[in-house]
Amino acid sequence: MTIRLGPVGRPSRAGRALPLTLALGLLCAVAGCTSSPPNSTITVGAAASLTDVFSDIAEAFTAAHPDTTVTFTFAGSSTIAEQVRQGAPIDAFASAGTAPMSPLVGEGLVNGVVDFATNSLQIATPKNNPARIQSLADLPNATYVVCQLEVPCGAAASELFARNSVPLAPSSYESDVRAVLTKVIADEVDAGLVYVTDVLSAGGVVTGVDIPAEDNITTTYQAAVVRDTGASEAATLFVEFLTTDEAQAILAAAGFGAP
Amino acid sequence: MTSSPARARRVTPIPIGILAAIAVALLGIPLIGLVLRTPWSRLPDILTSPVATEALRLSLLCSVAATAVAIVLGIPLAWVLARAKVPGVPVVRALVTLPLVLPPVVGGVALLIAFGRRGLVGQYLYDWFGVQLPFSTAGVIIAEAFVAMPFLVITVEGALRSADPRFEEAAATLGASRWHILRRVTLPLIAPAIVAGAVLAWARALGEFGATITFAGNLPGVTQTMPLAVYAALDTDREVAFALSMILLAVSLAVLIALRDRYLRRGAS
Amino acid sequence: MSLAARIAMERPDFTVDITLDAADGEVVGLLGPNGSGKSTTLRCLAGLESPRSGNIIISGTVVEDSSGGVDLAPAQRSVGYVFQDYLLFPHLTVLDNVAFGPRARGVAKRDAEAAAQTWLERFEIADLADRKPGQLSGGQAQRVALARALVTDPDLLLLDEPLAALDAGTRASVRSVLRRHLSGVRGAVVLVTHDPLDAMVLADRVVVLEQGQVVQVGTPADVARRPASTYVAQLVGVNLLRGEAQDGLVSVGDAVVAVGDRRIAGPVIVAIRPEAISVHHQRPEGSARNTWPGRITSLEARGDLVRVEVDSVPPLAAIVTPGAVAELALHEGAEVWLSVKAVDLDVYPA
Repeated sequence: MTIRLGPVGRPSRAGRALPLTLALGLLCAVAGCTSSPPNSTITVGAAASLTDVFSDIAEAFTAAHPDTTVTFTFAGSSTIAEQVRQGAPIDAFASAGTAPMSPLVGEGLVNGVVDFATNSLQIATPKNNPARIQSLADLPNATYVVCQLEVPCGAAASELFARNSVPLAPSSYESDVRAVLTKVIADEVDAGLVYVTDVLSAGGVVTGVDIPAEDNITTTYQAAVVRDTGASEAATLFVEFLTTDEAQAILAAAGFGAP
Repeated sequence: MTSSPARARRVTPIPIGILAAIAVALLGIPLIGLVLRTPWSRLPDILTSPVATEALRLSLLCSVAATAVAIVLGIPLAWVLARAKVPGVPVVRALVTLPLVLPPVVGGVALLIAFGRRGLVGQYLYDWFGVQLPFSTAGVIIAEAFVAMPFLVITVEGALRSADPRFEEAAATLGASRWHILRRVTLPLIAPAIVAGAVLAWARALGEFGATITFAGNLPGVTQTMPLAVYAALDTDREVAFALSMILLAVSLAVLIALRDRYLRRGAS
Repeated sequence: MSLAARIAMERPDFTVDITLDAADGEVVGLLGPNGSGKSTTLRCLAGLESPRSGNIIISGTVVEDSSGGVDLAPAQRSVGYVFQDYLLFPHLTVLDNVAFGPRARGVAKRDAEAAAQTWLERFEIADLADRKPGQLSGGQAQRVALARALVTDPDLLLLDEPLAALDAGTRASVRSVLRRHLSGVRGAVVLVTHDPLDAMVLADRVVVLEQGQVVQVGTPADVARRPASTYVAQLVGVNLLRGEAQDGLVSVGDAVVAVGDRRIAGPVIVAIRPEAISVHHQRPEGSARNTWPGRITSLEARGDLVRVEVDSVPPLAAIVTPGAVAELALHEGAEVWLSVKAVDLDVYPA
């Protein structure tokens, strides 16, 4: 490619800049460098209670980082933790509660742990509360379900019942909080123990029965980057994004509390 | 098998041998791995723990009950499919075969739609009698019977079709009523098929997970059968999950051996 | 009449129309080739199948009347059936097999087993009572099947090819034993067979079926001596000639046969038993009036004897001993002379 010089003297500024930019662009294209992190996909393993709000957050994140795609896998936090331990392709982990996260920290499997939200429990009933549940004390006389005790939602429920001196005898221990919600929506049970955010996300299909704040359990949500997955950079960006005002606003709108 | 390698090589084409070896590896390694990773030292403790004993008791109770349901309802159905000359038999047969190919969870969902608290039939059970099949042991039995009965029906129908109808003719000429013929000739003649079908159904019922957890729920002592207990244990104590899995494997193996013996004896006679 | 039956049905190639009757204690043999409808007739008598039209009366009871809409089920007919392959219930012992009928009719277990035991003893197989059918020989199984059918004292006993399931060696001895047992049966007996020897030995009266129609009825001796058709003759192995008789001579095509009977005239059938024909190298002299030359077309062993077929005019078959075959050096293609005495011929109106 020839460089056309001006009619006389040195090349014009534009003329000087063009070949340089082209050369740099060619070099960059070959070396794969751009002004933002390279094109990547990250998989985030998140607690079931984050199902709806995380899709909104992912949208916002992708808007800010267009070349990163975020995919999710939702399940009970302890289930995800176990998957991380087994080496599943999860790049970031968002847990409901600190209990599933701390062993992973101790085992050196994750780092960059941040608290990004809180949540509290609520009783969900089928639309219009047909069984007239008004408090935890009404549950032993009704048909209700909770999460299995191994997942944070279940552990929190167990603690909640103990704190309020109500015996815990559900009809079933469901695999995660979404499964509980499904049973309530289907009117298979009179009530289910879920998070306030779950009741909100279900819209008007379920009716929530509040638990007084002084009797309630607060669950702190933590997120961390899984080490040695090859997508640490993008994963870190995602985890950091959760603490930004933008993400916090989305979380608040969904009913989560501040961390 | 005591043939020398040289003889085996002569008889088995090499590509087939390689593929067969891969198949054995695919099936064998996970099972051998299960045996190897079982925490043998902890096994006595695990087996006597409430979780395990409850789950085992429940599994045995429900699988046997489901098999009984399959026998009582399945044999008449097989008889109708094989013998009755009414239109619509192919449709019914397709219906019966459906649970065989349906994903178990889908089966569970269908059961909820039918027998859940707001189900097509379930709502009347609940509103009139206060009976709720989900979350009950009866619900587990129904879920297991749903997936297991087709095995028995298909086995027995096949036997009825291939049975020589002239034995029944001979019985008729001797003055036997249709009920007497059924009881004393038809059923005894297909007894081996009934047993084989029952064993298949029982094994299927024992291992049922998806329909059970979706329809009946997961409550230790009431609905948490062995497969559900294994699933729950995976999140808490993996070694317990291994141990419980090992028990299921041992039971399945025992059944398989017993069944092989029956087939061997039948082949010899 | 213990049995009076008229049965009609369709077969792929022809229509079957049979009239059959039998008296108490009489053994009627239904003889015909496979596919002639005889097994189906038996099944209709038992009620296992329904004919297109039929009328069956057993011991005065109308069990089948297609015009009147009567069609009793097998269990309601007083019929005993012995199947070709016996169909002994494989999961029951011999005793339970034989006791099955009474027990099915509500007789108490002990009484049924006693009755069964009696019949087993009558057939000399009491020692087999605890065996399973799979452990029996063919002849033993047949006796068990017979006992099982007779223990209910049926008005009509039906046997379908009773000896077909046996190998050639046992057939002869079982045939004579069966003859003895059948003669002791109270009710009527109808048996079907394609083997003329079975019919000849076992039956008091033979009904010959051809193409679904009854072509001859008579005692075995009658049918064997005077077959009414070529088919029957072939069945019983007799040479059959048709011709015109006059003055003791019958013209059969171009040949003339001298028969002893001078009175008979008109269209006749001449039956020549193969055993009555002798074979010679040259034209024989002597009292035999009928001689025919010809070439041997086949030599076939028939038990201890040899059947020689010759392309004489008319074609004839003779039966000789193996010794004669050797002595005369008989072989296919050999030129021989056949002769038979007039007195050894049977001639009767066609």
